Amino acid sequence: MKKLVMIGNGMAGVRTIEEILKLSPNQFEITIFGQEPHPNYNRIKLSNILQGDTSFEEIIINPLDWYKENNIQLFTGEAVTKIDIAAKKVISDQGREVEYDDLIIATGSNSFILPIPGADKIGVTGFRDIKDCEMMIKSAENYKKAIVIGGGLLGLEAARGLLNLGMKVDVVHLMPSLMERQLDPIASSLLKTELESQGMRFLMEKETVEIIGDERVAGLRFKDGSFARADLVVMAIGIKSNTMVAKESGIYVNRGIVVNDFMETSAPNVYAVGECAEHREIVYGLVAPLYEQGKILAERICGKEAAPYEGSVTGTQLKVAGVDLYSAGEIFEDGTTKSIMVYNEYEGIYKRVLVRDNRIVGIVLYGDTKDSTRLFRMLSKKEDITGISIFESQCSADGGGGDIASMLNDELVCGCNGVTKGAIVEAIKTQGLTTLDQVSHCTNAGRSCGRCKPMVNDILAYTLGDQFDASAAQKTSICGCTTISREELVAEIKEKGLTSVKEVMNVLEWNNEEGCTKCRPAINYYLGMIHMDEYKDDRDSRLVNEKMHANIQKDGTYSVVPRMYGGVTTAADLKKIAEVAEKYEVPLVKLTGGQRIGLFGVKKEDLPSMWEELDLPSGYAYGKTLRTVKTCVGAQFCRYGTQDSMSLGIELEKKFERLDTPHKVKMGVSACPRNCSEAGIKDIGFVGIDGGWEIYVAGNGGVDLRAGDLLATVKTEADVMEMTGAYLQYYRETANYLERTSKWVERVGLEHVKEVLANAETRKELNERMDQTLKKYIEPWNEAIESEEIKDKYYTKHTVKAGE
Amino acid sequence: MIETKTRTLVANYSDLQVRSGYSVKMNDEEVALFKVTNGKVYGIENRSPHPKGGVLTEGLVSGEYVFCPVYDWKISLVDGKVQAPDEGQVKTYQVEVEADNVYIII
Repeated sequence: MKKLVMIGNGMAGVRTIEEILKLSPNQFEITIFGQEPHPNYNRIKLSNILQGDTSFEEIIINPLDWYKENNIQLFTGEAVTKIDIAAKKVISDQGREVEYDDLIIATGSNSFILPIPGADKIGVTGFRDIKDCEMMIKSAENYKKAIVIGGGLLGLEAARGLLNLGMKVDVVHLMPSLMERQLDPIASSLLKTELESQGMRFLMEKETVEIIGDERVAGLRFKDGSFARADLVVMAIGIKSNTMVAKESGIYVNRGIVVNDFMETSAPNVYAVGECAEHREIVYGLVAPLYEQGKILAERICGKEAAPYEGSVTGTQLKVAGVDLYSAGEIFEDGTTKSIMVYNEYEGIYKRVLVRDNRIVGIVLYGDTKDSTRLFRMLSKKEDITGISIFESQCSADGGGGDIASMLNDELVCGCNGVTKGAIVEAIKTQGLTTLDQVSHCTNAGRSCGRCKPMVNDILAYTLGDQFDASAAQKTSICGCTTISREELVAEIKEKGLTSVKEVMNVLEWNNEEGCTKCRPAINYYLGMIHMDEYKDDRDSRLVNEKMHANIQKDGTYSVVPRMYGGVTTAADLKKIAEVAEKYEVPLVKLTGGQRIGLFGVKKEDLPSMWEELDLPSGYAYGKTLRTVKTCVGAQFCRYGTQDSMSLGIELEKKFERLDTPHKVKMGVSACPRNCSEAGIKDIGFVGIDGGWEIYVAGNGGVDLRAGDLLATVKTEADVMEMTGAYLQYYRETANYLERTSKWVERVGLEHVKEVLANAETRKELNERMDQTLKKYIEPWNEAIESEEIKDKYYTKHTVKAGE
Repeated sequence: MIETKTRTLVANYSDLQVRSGYSVKMNDEEVALFKVTNGKVYGIENRSPHPKGGVLTEGLVSGEYVFCPVYDWKISLVDGKVQAPDEGQVKTYQVEVEADNVYIII
């Protein structure tokens, strides 16, 4: 086997390795050196991490197991410092020497850091990798004011992220308009106005000359003598190819590592790909051209006949802080060009095409980028536009099929996930897909940044032809098993009187007879919501935790969390818990976030007997239901308490426990506005005031940190129960399955909910339906203990040892 | 080359409930046994191919697929392939049903 070594473990490089493995899986023994201590992750998504939309785990493209499965030797946190071209080996900073037959340099790029005094102070960073992100997130916890230097795409994304993290953000830009390389002045000023309304402040035409402060940054000094204060400075002025190792090893380097049309450097058997490579005097920074390079390099290395790389003409499709932008070609009028413009200030849409000699030479689109593919094709093919209407703006009924027809099958539609038109068409045809949602699920197209969704929809329309149903395709269907939406499902259940999960899937012609993990739990919920106490729950349509009434851990063990109303317990109960924990050798006993005691690492077959010995009700720490009501000590003991928070908490928990809700529901009750139970970040929070209670709703302490909104102020505990019952029931009846109250309130509007609940008659009806629903619940642990059938089906360990 | 295969009795067919999973330990390997709606019995390795692992026996069964209970990957019981957009494969085992006896062949 030939030895292939790659320096760098980023997106372009690893994509090249993937292409090589596809072409020739057993040709190479592969070694990869990565300077960062992580597997390959999606750098494009860093701004989502910063904005709190996603976690690092979710942006990993190739998990460590992928390297293992493909027998790739990966050294992370280790940089190659020298290439010995004569001896064909690389040497790492830890003294490791690895020989190669072929070497790929894919070292990417670094943030360009201004060479000004103070640039090395604490609190100054680039915006390039996960480490920078973490540093920014950490700074936001302790500091208030950030400055981003650079009003380009990266800078604006960083600024948007820092705003989300609760910092005040100034953006410093050298030029008079933002993103001047992609946008003309009109688009640029539209963007600036939009961003200002989102809370960004701009310092335009400012040249930073010094970063001031002691150890940590305190502010910036500009050339015009003015200052700006900052606790955090993010430099996002550009990238610089990381060429050091190549340069020091004698490989020809200009701005980047210079490569020919086959990605070969000046040294034999050494190649470069990605942001570190310079091809025909261009260093590319967008993912699509880099993936193109990777493909060609893979063919070359595998000894396949490769078409030369001739450079990429790129249009830039961007989304900045919620605004869609597209730009390609020339930006500015030069006297020989004429403009075609559409400017809809009211809807925030601006489109401009620059024309020279009847040919499009430049495109800028703001707010609506649907025309981009068609216009870009006209630009790159230099089509004569005489007599052609440039902006079709509204998509015609045929979904712009003509455009799609002329697209080549290997044309990339989703740049983020590298999905081609051909792959989408094939998925639609072979798997019988009819909605945009299904296509995304099956191919990944549109699942990352989502900008390609209009095009995916057009491909769907083109592929399905007459069978394309535009409104159906746009619908968010419940899952890939059906095209119907939540509203339609609920309406059909009521209208046709459907009473079981199986019947729903049957009558409504599910294309997948037994459904999936998305639709079955949802149907089960909606049936229970509609038929109240008449519906017999379908336990096998619930996911593992609700089915087992215990939380599964990754090793297949479970956790047991007994109910402890309002977080109040007794010495006797604690003793019981302690004895059970000891007897069953429970590996972990821990207080949970919701004021409960959790026993973790319990074997499935021990669950029923543990429950029996505990003799406590299930705490439902696993369900889409009322989880816990946290309480503070309150007026019974606390000298500040104005209300009896514990007794209200217990009453609430006793009334609403076990209730099925679209997603989990957490409550908190505090006896005074000091709010020790953190009721402000609960789905429903109650705060005692003099002579009454404030009810807060739609708070969330999890992924979408959100402070609750005041729903109502009421006088008595009876009022609290009445309002809470009505609110919860309204949520149950109108939310989508798996929609938390915070998302639901934002979708339907707090004012709308208030209006509905202002009507006493409506509240009464909601409470009647709530009470009827609550009748059906029985304690599940006790049910399991008493039923041999349940025990046998769910809790018996069916292990057969071989040979017995 | 001569291959030796071992046939091991692992369960009674009538004891298996449809759409439920059963774990069978065979030496160092753990097999997840599923009886699906059409009556066929399949055996796959009882470990999700997701990088973080997890068991498969408690997963929701739909047709000839099981959904990994921990990470929700859809896995074919027939060939062990993880369905798009996720990727991977679990080992499958040859299962034979004779009268009321269910055998795994390794």
